[in-house]
Amino acid sequence: MKQLLTGNEAAAEAAIQAGCRYYYGYPITPQNELINYMSWRMPEVDGAFIQAESEIAAINMVYGSAAAGGRAMTSSSSPGISLKQEGISYLAGSELPCVIVNIQRGGPGLGDISASQADYFQAVKGGGHGDYHVIVLAPGSAQEMADLVYDAFNLADKYRNPVMILGDAQIGQLVEPVEFHKKHTEYLPPKNWALTGAEGREKRVIKSFYPVKGQLEEFNAHLQRKYKLIEEHEVRYEAINMHDADIVLVAYGTSARICKEVVKKCLQYKFKVGLIRPITLWPFPKEIIRSVAERVHSILTVEMSAGQMVEDVRLAVEGRCPVHFYGRTGGGVPTSQEVIKKITEIEPDNRAAHSLRQLVEVK
Amino acid sequence: MRTIYEKPETLIDTPTHFCPGCGHGIVLRLIAEIIDAWGIRGKTIGLAPVGCAVLAYNYLDIDMCEAAHGRPPAVATGIKRVHPDHVVFAYQGDGDLAAIGTAEIIHAANRGENITFIFVNNAVYGMTNGQMAPTTLINQKTATTPSGRDPVNYGYPIRVCELLSVLDGTSYLERVCLSSPENIRKTKKALEKGFKTQIEKRGFSLIEILSPCPIYWRMDANEAMKHIDEVMSKTFPLGVVKDWEQMN
Repeated sequence: MKQLLTGNEAAAEAAIQAGCRYYYGYPITPQNELINYMSWRMPEVDGAFIQAESEIAAINMVYGSAAAGGRAMTSSSSPGISLKQEGISYLAGSELPCVIVNIQRGGPGLGDISASQADYFQAVKGGGHGDYHVIVLAPGSAQEMADLVYDAFNLADKYRNPVMILGDAQIGQLVEPVEFHKKHTEYLPPKNWALTGAEGREKRVIKSFYPVKGQLEEFNAHLQRKYKLIEEHEVRYEAINMHDADIVLVAYGTSARICKEVVKKCLQYKFKVGLIRPITLWPFPKEIIRSVAERVHSILTVEMSAGQMVEDVRLAVEGRCPVHFYGRTGGGVPTSQEVIKKITEIEPDNRAAHSLRQLVEVK
Repeated sequence: MRTIYEKPETLIDTPTHFCPGCGHGIVLRLIAEIIDAWGIRGKTIGLAPVGCAVLAYNYLDIDMCEAAHGRPPAVATGIKRVHPDHVVFAYQGDGDLAAIGTAEIIHAANRGENITFIFVNNAVYGMTNGQMAPTTLINQKTATTPSGRDPVNYGYPIRVCELLSVLDGTSYLERVCLSSPENIRKTKKALEKGFKTQIEKRGFSLIEILSPCPIYWRMDANEAMKHIDEVMSKTFPLGVVKDWEQMN
């Protein structure tokens, strides 16, 4: 049965249905629908809900429940996610599974409460201190929010690693029909590391401190092997009109929704444009971007930032074709007209460029 | 032959990393004695802080969890939500609990978390070479107060038990010390009361333990014990600050 829900509520309900029984949060716009939903929904399933005294406390409560073997989640928006970075580094360093939702807003600083994608670097490059990665999933709709939150808990348990959902104010607040239909069948390893009291067994310790020389390097090597495994097995993306595209757009989340409209309009005017929409931002879909770069004229990355994901696109392309960028910052959302205009500037001599330019100018 | 004393089973037989004359070893041993005597090893989960006691899990043979600096109250809260019938305790130093983790301890207390907090106050940052702690005494010389703690620039020593006592969520608060065998016995009693408070689901308990740090107090071990009795306990008066058994 489909329900009309905001992306934030879809995330909350999906977490409940994925077996999350421990939610700790702190109010911040534009993710408030999520914490509000959890406040009444958690007691219905005998779960724990705490409105924490800070983002820092909330992520550390997640740390505790994850260490004790529970499925735990917190959510916030950009400034709050900055506060959680210490905890996320410790979660990664202690290999604790959990889900962190970031409904991005404009920055830096207090910024504004509009949609933004300016936390990309923070999400995919680590964010906190140390060599670590969290798995980063980028939903493009309320339905996909539900699906990815569900998957996030399984990925977290499978790899003993934090998973971040990187949404934005539009993905979090738009209202769309959502169906909760995910059924999980994949085998997940038993949590034979969790703190349950050492009854009849040896003690267990959850920690990220390795003071004996050499141990920390060994542990980091283990982390890197795990990350390589994730890169090999968990890349997800959506590809549209790849077969004959001259220009391929790369965009995620709200930007990708706009780019889908751009692709549709361009194709109407016989301008061959395709779209790669990364669903996992880390691991990043390098292979598909690299192979597409071999055969297209150029790539255009569209983001609601000053140009962050475009760096990973360029790393994937490695000079195989020109990589262009169009972005809006500070809560600005690109319009399809702006993106089409940029496309016509990249390929001014394309036969369809003239009529496309007219389309943009008329509007 | 009659056995007068033996090492508690829960205390792991391993070389210590604590400095000579340090109080941490005594407190960890008392915790191990209680766990043994009460037979609660299998349902106890401990929290280790950042600071001198970070390696507490090397000495206690129980499930233990590290926490980021100052965050044990939040981490313990998360653990307790998963295992509400387990005995969860957080072991914290003065920098951890009363400086960087002030918000976490106050709000754990205010929520009345049914957790036992063991607060080891030695008035100095030992792990990082003896800087000022929030509990450093007025005029006490440290690495960052070389001419002594002047309240004009550095504020005053924080009395944690008194601070928390005004919160309705707290049930048992007591300050004890390690300066003599008698005081160590009192410390053990206070720890027992803290665990009892939790097991009977009476809510938040915190035992503040004045503990010697001869190295960074620049004293020998005997002087340090005397210092607790004659100087430190003047700023931090010993005794019960709040007790649910005496409240009704």
